[in-house]
Amino acid sequence: MIDIVLLGFLVLTAVAAIRLRDLFAVVMLFGIYSFLAAGLFMVLDAVDVAFTEAAVGAGITTVLMLATLRLTQRYEAAPRRQRLLPLVVVALTGAVLLYGTLDAPLLGDAQAPAQQHVAPRYIEQGLNEVGTPNLVTAVLASYRGYDTLGETVVVFTAGLAVLLLLGITDVAPLRPGRRVIDDQVVLHVIVKVLIPFILLFGAYVQFHGDFGAGGGFQAGVIVASGLVLYDLVFGDGEAQRVIPPSWLSRMAALGVLLYGGVGLLSLLRGKALLDYSALSPVALSGQHLGIMLVELGVGITVFSVVLAIFYAFSGRRKQG
Amino acid sequence: MTELITLASGWCFIAGGFLCVTGGVGLLRFPDFFCRVHAAGVTETLATPLLLTGVMLQLGWSQDSAKLLLVMAFVLATNPTAAHAMAKAALEGGLRPQVDELDVVTGSVDQEDRPSKP
Amino acid sequence: MSVVPGLFNYWVAVFLMMAGFYVVIAQGNLVKKLVGLALFQASVFILYISIGKVAGGHAPVISEAVSLYSNPLPQVLILTAIVVGVATTAVGLALVVRIQEAYGSVEEEQIYRLDQADAQLKDQSKDPAEERTQDPGDRLQADQHRPKQPGHNPAARSGHEAD
Repeated sequence: MIDIVLLGFLVLTAVAAIRLRDLFAVVMLFGIYSFLAAGLFMVLDAVDVAFTEAAVGAGITTVLMLATLRLTQRYEAAPRRQRLLPLVVVALTGAVLLYGTLDAPLLGDAQAPAQQHVAPRYIEQGLNEVGTPNLVTAVLASYRGYDTLGETVVVFTAGLAVLLLLGITDVAPLRPGRRVIDDQVVLHVIVKVLIPFILLFGAYVQFHGDFGAGGGFQAGVIVASGLVLYDLVFGDGEAQRVIPPSWLSRMAALGVLLYGGVGLLSLLRGKALLDYSALSPVALSGQHLGIMLVELGVGITVFSVVLAIFYAFSGRRKQG
Repeated sequence: MTELITLASGWCFIAGGFLCVTGGVGLLRFPDFFCRVHAAGVTETLATPLLLTGVMLQLGWSQDSAKLLLVMAFVLATNPTAAHAMAKAALEGGLRPQVDELDVVTGSVDQEDRPSKP
Repeated sequence: MSVVPGLFNYWVAVFLMMAGFYVVIAQGNLVKKLVGLALFQASVFILYISIGKVAGGHAPVISEAVSLYSNPLPQVLILTAIVVGVATTAVGLALVVRIQEAYGSVEEEQIYRLDQADAQLKDQSKDPAEERTQDPGDRLQADQHRPKQPGHNPAARSGHEAD
């Protein structure tokens, strides 16, 4: 039942986002859409995915889109061209896709092809071979560790691309005797109290990913969000005095190096790339060590890339 | 005793649900931005803790209800701050509250609040 | 927490996909196109996670109290996809910011018209036969016909091209 309600609201939000011309409202609707999708993922038993979607989609993407709106324009121009052809194309594609879903197995079918082959092996052998109760972390960091290495490199490359496109402007040095603005007392106090807990929670999520929902991606995004919150509330570029941009480029590279380094270490010890049994004579502790190191690498890279992208967007002054 | 707890949690759910609905209605029907922020704030500050209290009463003394207590503390700390931040941002942006139905204040962006010529 | 069995999830995911697709191809504002793309991505995630759901299953975290688990593999793939999606969206938004600074607008039609006007001017200035016969009045008229955009003036354009 809650499934239908969530899906209904998703449809309403998407339709509203199409029709509105105030882009600020569209971005907010996108945030709501992301959050509803995260709720839907929880209902569909995907706790890690819900966590990541809420942190990344409803958090970081919304902030970046708002930062872009600040640098461009808020309202969409009135549409001038005819809408019939796109509607026809969309309707045809939708019809073909719906026809394709008619063959699909029903939702929840335990005999569906997607539940056969590899998945039962992961579920039955995951705890024995990898040693982490969270099967998603086991698959992400161990069974499919090579894919995750590629993903970390993609995140690093995206950070590189944004830095090349926008660059980070240095903030002016702190003038002596400057005090924070006193009419924002409520925000300052609450945020000052919250940020240590946010950072602590990020650290907890980083290392708890073996046993519950969590892992490097969520942790990196949460810690970056804490610093983004600090920057948003305390003024332009305050966070850059805490974590300078020069650190971020090095940390992003360090994360990828850590991940790749673990793989190379396995190669140097005579095993396959990212074979964690090369890290320790006891197989399970090798897995634990390997997973901890690669998740740490992922977390560091994601944190520094997200923060660097935020610095790039927030430091850009509207030109022209 | 358990009937009392069930009754109390039921009343918490009903009250919380009612406040959520009225908050939603207020969000749509109030004439002014600041009234709408207040409606949204009521939803998050009173309705959510009431619903959480109802669930905690059902769960009794357990680790889950302790976690829910922490969630409620977090919600109580952050959601009113968010409403405050919204209202403050609107004030900084130049929006002024509509003080009186007959008193049309300049600077408001609502359609029915066009400034009247002196 | 039960879900409605059947194909309802997939149909809604297809509808959301088409909504995002429509925004990308039919609407002119670049930022809105990126929002539509993000909507499209999220609907694909919903489709995949729905495929992985097992009725009566629990989240794939091993514990003694649970016997049936939902499929962890689609969740892993979508976890990767979410992070890659935000990375590419960030690059797209950075490109939009640069486009705004170069053209003065993020509306697709205006950018197209500006590019066409520039291409016409380039054609006129490159043709050597016309250079000699063209009097300054023509060049002045061409400049006046170029639509005025904030921050978009010939000096800024040539400065940008010199980058």
